[in-house]
Amino acid sequence: MLKYIGKRLGAMVITLWVIITLTFFLMHAIPGSPFNNERATSEAVQRNLEAFYHLDEPLYVQYFSYIQSVVTFDFGPSIKKPAQSVNDMLGRGFPVSFELGMVTLIVAVISGITLGVIAALRHNGFIDYLAMTVAVLGISIPNFVMATMLIQQLAVNLPIFPVATWSSPMHMVLPTLALATGPMAIIARLTRSSMLEVLTQDYIRTAKAKGLKPVTIVFRHALRNALLPVVTVLGTLAASILTGTFVIEKIFAIPGMGKYFVESINTRDYPVIMGTTVFYSSILIIMLFLVDIAYGILDPRIKLHKKEGN
Amino acid sequence: METQKQTNDTYMQDIPDDWFSPKEKDERKAEAVVRPSLSYWQDAWKRLLKNKLAMSGLVFLVLLTIMSFVGPLISPHNGSEQMLANQNLAPSSEFWFGTDELGRDVFTRVWEGAQVSLFVGLAAALIDFAIGVAYGGIAGYKGGRTDNVMMRIVEVLYGLPYLLVVILISVVMGPGLFTIIFALSITGWVGMARIVRGQVLQVKNYEFVMASKTFGTKTGRIIRKNLLPNTMGPIIVQMTLTVPSAIFAEAFLSFLGLGIQPPLASWGSMANDALTSILTGDWWRLFFPALFISLTMFSFNVLGDGLQDALDPKLRR
Repeated sequence: MLKYIGKRLGAMVITLWVIITLTFFLMHAIPGSPFNNERATSEAVQRNLEAFYHLDEPLYVQYFSYIQSVVTFDFGPSIKKPAQSVNDMLGRGFPVSFELGMVTLIVAVISGITLGVIAALRHNGFIDYLAMTVAVLGISIPNFVMATMLIQQLAVNLPIFPVATWSSPMHMVLPTLALATGPMAIIARLTRSSMLEVLTQDYIRTAKAKGLKPVTIVFRHALRNALLPVVTVLGTLAASILTGTFVIEKIFAIPGMGKYFVESINTRDYPVIMGTTVFYSSILIIMLFLVDIAYGILDPRIKLHKKEGN
Repeated sequence: METQKQTNDTYMQDIPDDWFSPKEKDERKAEAVVRPSLSYWQDAWKRLLKNKLAMSGLVFLVLLTIMSFVGPLISPHNGSEQMLANQNLAPSSEFWFGTDELGRDVFTRVWEGAQVSLFVGLAAALIDFAIGVAYGGIAGYKGGRTDNVMMRIVEVLYGLPYLLVVILISVVMGPGLFTIIFALSITGWVGMARIVRGQVLQVKNYEFVMASKTFGTKTGRIIRKNLLPNTMGPIIVQMTLTVPSAIFAEAFLSFLGLGIQPPLASWGSMANDALTSILTGDWWRLFFPALFISLTMFSFNVLGDGLQDALDPKLRR
């Protein structure tokens, strides 16, 4: 197990390094300096600006100082809003985005698993078809379409929920719904197929033969084993929720990290783009790492295999 | 047991003897193959035909492809022509899907957007196919150190957040159709490479590959003639599932303003332009692009699911 964790940790660090290097060189591959598209500045001002952002130093020096600043978690000042540092923006935006992402993940996991289990237990019945239709629709409708339709129906036509912003539980309903539909659909389909497979296993028949209650069989025997494949997709789902927050935060005017990211893209604010990209990627890679470790711990077959190997 | 036998006997007595006739015995007929021999592809196609949902997806996609070329021709309007007198008109006999805030015809733009979406989806799938099959095929076939090194690289690339990389590249290269396709294929092939490698690893140990080797067949020929045809099923499924994710990525980028630039239309950019219309009640501006994105993604998803079942030899009956 320790060797496995070590190996994954190594891969994680390399991936992070690739992302940091990639962002750095991509940002520096853009022709021209970030300042010369603005109003005319004198030569001296131009040079001072470049010195302030260390753009006058040779590329490799900039690269190493950038790596250093990333490791110490300091992304420097924004170019378009010099009074703010990228850290300020992350500090302000992250809690909001984290809240949105976490609530979405919880809603998606709980409703997805429930839907999948019910569909599997009523295999080929009406509820099964209904649940799977909902699931395929959920996968097919992009989150920004879902969000705009929800606003149109439940905030404008029928003013039940507020149209935008993020200040009370009522404000959270629509963004969460819009963001959770896709992941929920994926989880529901996966739970259903994995549950159907588990229900045909010998140990389920044994449990039935022992005369256990159906509830006990479903929750203690079937679901615990059926959920393993669901754990493996949590990493990629977290990634899709995270990128989904960009558009959801844009549509609902939620002051999260995604808003700063989209803004920085539109204004070509390179330090902010670099900072947020590296930050987002680190979160995702750490998530993937944790999911891998969790899977290794949860699946008894993996441990058994390792023991035999030793 | 005893009662059972008795009932059987009583039944037998009720049936007159002349109902029975000796069965003709023919040794050769017993050996004959009754079912017509179907190739793997014929069988898969037959099973796909039976899957109504997948077939309706396929039919929709064929119609969409035809309409994406015919639609702009039968429409009396040009998709990028701005008619400021006709802003935000509701669907009518003149403008079938209405007009947008710049007076452009939504009907024409929807079909032009379909061209863009289908092109992005197919291009991404084909590039993924080319790179993924070559990379995964070599890694799987060579095995050993080559495989190990190649898969380490894939593992690192697999960890990169897909949409973030795509956004980053779009920022650097400037938005546009080819940027999107380039950005999508930079990390998109990784999934394909993993699938192909897994399949090749499995198939290369089969007896017919060994037989081919003992005949002295060259490696390239073995890969092309023995390994690839036998790994085609999962590859095709992966390709049908790449298309909707590429279409989604394009719509997502265009929605963020990083995708297709005007005067070109794309479903994502149309939905983005239509955001302001939510409050004014001009529903058609959002409804039509949203409907077609969703229907297209739905069709590719159900077609992919159907193909997965149809191409799985284990499900063959």
